[in-house]
Amino acid sequence: MTSAAGMAPPAIELIGIDKSFGPVHANRNVNLRVERGLIHGIVGENGAGKSTLMSILYGFYEADAGEIRVNGERVRIRSSREAIDCGIGMVFQHFMLVPPLSVLENVMLGAEGGALLARGASAIRKRLGELGAEYGLEVDPDAIVGELSVGLQQRVEILKALVRGAEILVLDEPTAVLTPSEADQLFEMLRVLKGQNKTIVFITHKLREIMSLTDRVSVMRRGEMVATFDTADTSPPELADAMVGRKVILKIDKGPAHPGRVALEARDLVVRDDRGVVRVDGVSFELREGEILGVAGVAGNGQSELLEALAGIRPLNGGEILIDGRPLAAAQRNPHDERLIGVGHVPEDRHRVGLIMPFEACESAMLGFQHETTYGAGLLYDRKAIIADADRKMEAFDVRPRAPLLKTANFSGGNQQKLVLAREIERNPKIMLVGQPTRGVDIGAIEFIHKRIVAQRDAGKAVLLVSVELDEIFALSDRIIVLCGGRVTGERRPEDTNARDLGLLMAGVSDHAA
Amino acid sequence: MSTPLKPLPAWADVAVIPLVNVAAAFVISGLVVLAIGENPLQAVQILLTGALGDLEGIGFTLYYATSFIFTGLAVALCFHAGLFNIGVEGQAYFAGLGAALVALHLGFLPGYSLVIVAILAAALFGAAFAAIPGYLQAYRDSHIVITTIMFNYIASAIMGYLLVNVMRVPGQMNAETAAFPANGRVLQFHEVMAWFGVHWPVTPFNLSFLLALVCAFVVWLLIWRTRLGYEIRTVGANPTAAVYGGISPARITILSTLLSGALAGGLAVNVILGEEHRLILEYTSGFGFVGIAVALMGRAHPVGIILAAILFGVLYQGGAELAFEQPKISRDMIVVIQGLVVLFAGALEHMFRRPVATLLARRTAQPPI
Repeated sequence: MTSAAGMAPPAIELIGIDKSFGPVHANRNVNLRVERGLIHGIVGENGAGKSTLMSILYGFYEADAGEIRVNGERVRIRSSREAIDCGIGMVFQHFMLVPPLSVLENVMLGAEGGALLARGASAIRKRLGELGAEYGLEVDPDAIVGELSVGLQQRVEILKALVRGAEILVLDEPTAVLTPSEADQLFEMLRVLKGQNKTIVFITHKLREIMSLTDRVSVMRRGEMVATFDTADTSPPELADAMVGRKVILKIDKGPAHPGRVALEARDLVVRDDRGVVRVDGVSFELREGEILGVAGVAGNGQSELLEALAGIRPLNGGEILIDGRPLAAAQRNPHDERLIGVGHVPEDRHRVGLIMPFEACESAMLGFQHETTYGAGLLYDRKAIIADADRKMEAFDVRPRAPLLKTANFSGGNQQKLVLAREIERNPKIMLVGQPTRGVDIGAIEFIHKRIVAQRDAGKAVLLVSVELDEIFALSDRIIVLCGGRVTGERRPEDTNARDLGLLMAGVSDHAA
Repeated sequence: MSTPLKPLPAWADVAVIPLVNVAAAFVISGLVVLAIGENPLQAVQILLTGALGDLEGIGFTLYYATSFIFTGLAVALCFHAGLFNIGVEGQAYFAGLGAALVALHLGFLPGYSLVIVAILAAALFGAAFAAIPGYLQAYRDSHIVITTIMFNYIASAIMGYLLVNVMRVPGQMNAETAAFPANGRVLQFHEVMAWFGVHWPVTPFNLSFLLALVCAFVVWLLIWRTRLGYEIRTVGANPTAAVYGGISPARITILSTLLSGALAGGLAVNVILGEEHRLILEYTSGFGFVGIAVALMGRAHPVGIILAAILFGVLYQGGAELAFEQPKISRDMIVVIQGLVVLFAGALEHMFRRPVATLLARRTAQPPI
């Protein structure tokens, strides 16, 4: 790192930041220097202290020691308001939006500009138009936020920061919720912002993104800032080593598949979303025992609805589901009966669907199986059995800490996800429906989870994998179908295709048209 | 955007926060007493002596506490399912009708089976009255807060009509039914003690108290040790996860409101079968609403509810004594104190969280992950 005299002061300088929560040292003497007008990546595993550091920068926590300098001036940031005043804007992984309000109203929130809304509203509407044109960030200002896709919601978050005059934009794992093309759009936009001399701090797990986007990258490990590189001078393996402190295998070793009988068949499925819009439009496929069928596609193209309909959460508006060749009766199309038949489901969203955050881990580890006699044969639950069962699952899936009585919310994302997988896989289902298994999960856990999914396949299970991570689709699938606009646009074997080919299918260029 | 609160250790959440809230309510109440020219310390002394100073005071205190345990449990059960049952007042009132009908008209039932059937009828009527808002919430998306509030008025109107026009003893001025036969009453404590030759002053304190304790234990078992309780808590904490887990939120909504209404019926058991021995107009006198405060203060946990109910019992009984001893401090003053407790324990529940959390942060807080 060089800082020649006469150069502009760095946009952000963190000096000796230290923060403990009880016995846990979340940040240890962290130094970080983010030069103005650059895209600075921060990588690290879950629990490495990235989020704590950014929460300190955004005024959610105050550091126990150390100082923050913005544009060379020492500042004290005690609230998000003060962070905004310093020109810092933050885009969180979990959005801070009000779903029933419109885009315009969300952007205005906290910046209404007076008791009467009309003037502020028209000013912000105009500003939104300008920003949209300038950065390719078009959003309908009158659309209801709750009805927008995740990618567009994120766009609203970024617009919120920009409207407030953010010069420094911090994005916390922004691509975790995005589709590849949305991510590309985001990157394009961030480059445009950089071109306008804005400073961007980009937090991620994904080394590919670091390599393609950032100018400089800092690596955090266990609360410490262990290294900073110019991106051009480093490589993914070097970064990965710095992150985990050991060599990791980015590719998974898996033998050839031995597909057996058809376990699950979908015939002309039609599924509508909550608003009645057709999201799955005549999808058919076969899933065999002993294979992983990857469902690729840009998020919002019907994968979520397909997965929910297969799992019995969402009603089917047309078509038929066959399990072991027998049609699934309407009365059986609910999560309870499907579990009994042997369909396991790892939902896409562990926070909202897969776990109950305020519950003890052992109680989250029995969700969906709460009726089973393993947990107590009589009227009352057998607490010992519940705890022992969770303990066994946590051991089998290396959930850390192995504490069945700890609140679910207190586990890191990767460990929460392992808990969900443990629950579904340990019940030994014939068919596994897996949605976004490694979203927001650190590299070490990704490797572990991928191995477990492949092990399921090798044990003769039929695995349906829905993922918007192309790397994941490629690494795991034996066959790939691509969805676009609720229709299957193509089927491929991973060895016969490449990212470009799939990208075309995901963009709706189907086999017939090609 | 609000700053996330640091998690508090369980013991602080359960014990310290409610105590600080109650203390704040008492400090403000003390200032009010001071403002009307009385000595707050003396007022506290009279209040405590009146409520706990002798067996008679204790009897009345526990009698009130019994009512509050029932209504507190009723509210808390719905809390766990994420429902706010404001209608305990009306459900309890309607439950009184069930108890009275049995006690008055099924007199042929032998011995104490009459009172047992009357207790069951109270639970049944309470549940039935709660069933309608429960159904509307579960299947028609009508918010339970709105419907239960309206149902309180409906209960009041129905009962007023029945007591004035149908059930009143002919020739009687008061809007009340005839007295229940002896085997249609819950035994009072002094009667039971007399069997053992122990003298206990005559108070309304009756065996419903034991039923309340049993109900508290059963509610605890239900919520934390049964499948239904797990499903209730799951629906309350995360309805989407509940659906994923094969739980029907609509079914849980109905079941919790039914159970809540049945618990509300306990108020009728204590007051109608245990003390009044006849159904009287507006007998619930707001105890159903106090149940909301009790449930909030007790943090929806049966043990907390019992403690909060006893505190409110002390306030009711001691307050009556205080109004008697110190004419300047009227009965309304006690309502003010109760209101302040509700304010601090319920509405301002989180006000002292941050200071307490900050105080404890260095030693016991957990890291965000």
